[in-house]
Amino acid sequence: MDIAVNILLTIATAATPLLIAAIGELVVERSGVLNLGVEGMMIMGAVGGFGAGYLTGSPWIGLLAAIIAGALFSLLFAVMTLSLATNQVATGLSLTLLGLGLSGMIGTSFVGQPGVRLPNLDIPGISSIPVVGRLIFGQDPVFYISIALTAAVMWFLFKTRTGLTLRSIGDSHTSAHALGIKVIRYRYLSVIFGGACAGLAGGHLSLVYTPQWVENMSAGRGWIALALVVFASWRPWRVLAGAYIFGAVWIGQLHAQAFGIPVPSQFLSSLPYLATVVVLVLISRNKRLTMMNTPASLGQPFVPDR
Amino acid sequence: MRIELVKRPQRSALFSMLSPFIAFALTIIAGAIMFALLGVNPLNAFEIYFVEPISQVWQLHELAIKAAPLILIAVGLSVCYKANIWNIGAEGQFIFGAIFGSIIPVLFPQFEGPLVIPLMLLLGMVGGAFYASIPALLKTRFSTNEILTSLMLVYVAQLFLDWLVRGPWRDPQGHGFPQTIQFGDSAVLPELMPDAGRANWGFVFALVAAVLVWLMMSRMLKGFEVRVLGSSPRAGRFAGFGFNRMVFFTFLLSGALAGLAGISEVSGAIGQLQPVISPGYGFTAIIVAFLGRLNPLGIVAAGLVLALTYLGGEAVQSALGISDKVARVFQGMLLFFVLGCDTLIHYRIRLIGIALTKPNGAAQLEAAPKLEEAR
Repeated sequence: MDIAVNILLTIATAATPLLIAAIGELVVERSGVLNLGVEGMMIMGAVGGFGAGYLTGSPWIGLLAAIIAGALFSLLFAVMTLSLATNQVATGLSLTLLGLGLSGMIGTSFVGQPGVRLPNLDIPGISSIPVVGRLIFGQDPVFYISIALTAAVMWFLFKTRTGLTLRSIGDSHTSAHALGIKVIRYRYLSVIFGGACAGLAGGHLSLVYTPQWVENMSAGRGWIALALVVFASWRPWRVLAGAYIFGAVWIGQLHAQAFGIPVPSQFLSSLPYLATVVVLVLISRNKRLTMMNTPASLGQPFVPDR
Repeated sequence: MRIELVKRPQRSALFSMLSPFIAFALTIIAGAIMFALLGVNPLNAFEIYFVEPISQVWQLHELAIKAAPLILIAVGLSVCYKANIWNIGAEGQFIFGAIFGSIIPVLFPQFEGPLVIPLMLLLGMVGGAFYASIPALLKTRFSTNEILTSLMLVYVAQLFLDWLVRGPWRDPQGHGFPQTIQFGDSAVLPELMPDAGRANWGFVFALVAAVLVWLMMSRMLKGFEVRVLGSSPRAGRFAGFGFNRMVFFTFLLSGALAGLAGISEVSGAIGQLQPVISPGYGFTAIIVAFLGRLNPLGIVAAGLVLALTYLGGEAVQSALGISDKVARVFQGMLLFFVLGCDTLIHYRIRLIGIALTKPNGAAQLEAAPKLEEAR
C-alpha cells in the first residue's frame, strides 16, 4: 500500500510541470498563437526560481521569481510575433534556443549548489491519515496550484464571456477584429499567461522535483507539454488526463531502471519521447476531431488594417 | 506606446539586403550590454570574441571545421522552410548519419582502401535520410505535426548513440571509456591542406551542396515547386504539385545533408564515435538558415558567422572566464534580431503614442496604400 501511494505521489510530481505548462500553452493556442518557446520559458523559470530561492533562502520567493522570469521571457515572443508580426514557428524556436543558452549562462555559478525545496503541505492530524491524507493533503503546493489552474482555465474558457471572446479570436482574428475586439491585446495577455505558467512549471522542476540547478534540466518537457495540447485537442480536462499519463510513463521508466529490468537504460529513457510520437500519431489519425478543435487561425500572424 | 505596422506595396529590396546586417549590428549592441553586465570591457571582449579567433591561418581552418556542418545542415533546412515544412530534428538526423556512416570503420575495421570514405559518406546520407523519413511518413500518412515528431526523435537519437558507444560498439581496449575504436587511416576524411591546418573535405562538401541547392532553387522546376507550395499550397495544388511528395522530398534532402554533416564531422574532426558528437549543430543550423535568408549562398556567409560565435565562445571562456554559453546567447539573440528585421521587408514600422515617428513618417502616412492587398 505504501509503495502504491509513493508511486502515485511521484507520478503527480512528474505530471505537475507538464500540466501547468500545457494548460498555459492551451490558453495561448486558443487565442490563435503558437508559441514553440515553452521549453525556453520553462528553463528560464527553472533557473530564475532556483537562483532567487538560493540567494534569498526562500522557496516561495523562488517560485514567484520563476513565474516572473517565464512571463518576462514570453513578453519577448509577444513583442516579436504580435507587434512585429514575425513568423511564430521561427520566433518560438529562437525563444527556446535563447532560453537554453541564457539559462546556461546565468546558471553557471549555481551548478552543484544546494537548493531550497518547497515544503509539502502538512496539516496536523489530517495529512498523516494513511493513503488519503498523503495523497490529498500532503503534496507540494504547486500540485494544488496546478489542479486549481486547470479548473480555473476550464471555467474561464467555456463559462465566461471573456473566454468566449478569446476563443473567437483564435478561430477568426479577422472577424473578431471587425467586431471591435482588441485582438492584439487579448493575445498579449494570453502569451504572458502562458509564459507565467511555463515559468511556474520550471520553478516546480528546480524547487520541488529536483531542488538543484542542472543545465537543460527541463529535458524536453516543454516540447512534451506542446504535444499534450495537441493530444488533448485543446480541451483542459484532456490536458489533465494526458499530463498524468505522461507522468506515469516518465515515472514508470525510472522505476523500471531502478528495478534493473534487463533493457538498456537508454531505451527506457527514450520512452517518454517515443510515447509522445505515438500519441501524436494516434490523435492525428482522427482528422475530423483535430480539424474540429484546432483554433482556425492558429499560427497565422495578424496585422490589423485600419 | 504602440507599434503599428504599415504594409509596403511591395517587398523592399533594400531591407531584404540590409536586414541581416542590421540584425548583426543590433546583436553587437545587445552583446556589448551583456558583456558590460558581466563586468567585462565590451571592446576587449569583442576583440577576444570576434577578432582573435580568426587572426591566424590555422584558426581559419578551425572556423571551416565548425562552419561545414552548419552550412550543410542549414542548406537542407532552407529548402524545408521555403516549402513551409518544419524539420527541426536535424540534430537527430546528424547523429543517425554519423552512426550509419560509422558502421564500416567500427564493425569492419579490416576493410581498407579508397572505397571506404565514399561508402561511409553514402551510408551517412542514407542514415540521415532514413531518420528524416520517419516524421515525413507520419506527416503524410497521419498528418502528424512534423515539428513535434522531428524534435522528439532528436532525444531518441541522442539516447540511441549513448547506448551504442557504451554498449555494443564500445572499444574493448578503451579502458571503459564510452567511445568506439579510433577510425582507421582510410576511414578518416582527408585534410585539405595538412600543412596549414585541420580543415577537411567537409567544408568542400558544404560549399558544393550550397551551390547545387542554389542552382536547384533558382534554376530548376523543383525549386519553383518548393517556393510555390511554400507560399501558396492552394496554387501549388492547382499547378499539380503534390504536397505529400514535397514533404518527402524536403525531409529526405535535409536529412541526407544533415547525415552527411554528421559522418563528415565524426570521420573528419573527431575520428571516432562518442556519446556527444555535436555542440547543437542541428539547432544552430536553424539560425544559420534564417540569417542566410533561406538562400544557400547567404547561408555560406551565415554559417561562417555562426561558426565564429562558437570559436568566440571558447575564446572568452579561456581568456575571461565567462561561460561558453555566451555563444548560445549570441546565437539566440542573432536569430531574434534577424526575424525582427525581416519585418522591415514587408512592413513599415510606426511608433504611436509618443511623439516619435520614423523619418518621413508623415509622408509615409499619406503614401500608405489604401489597397486591400494586406492579406
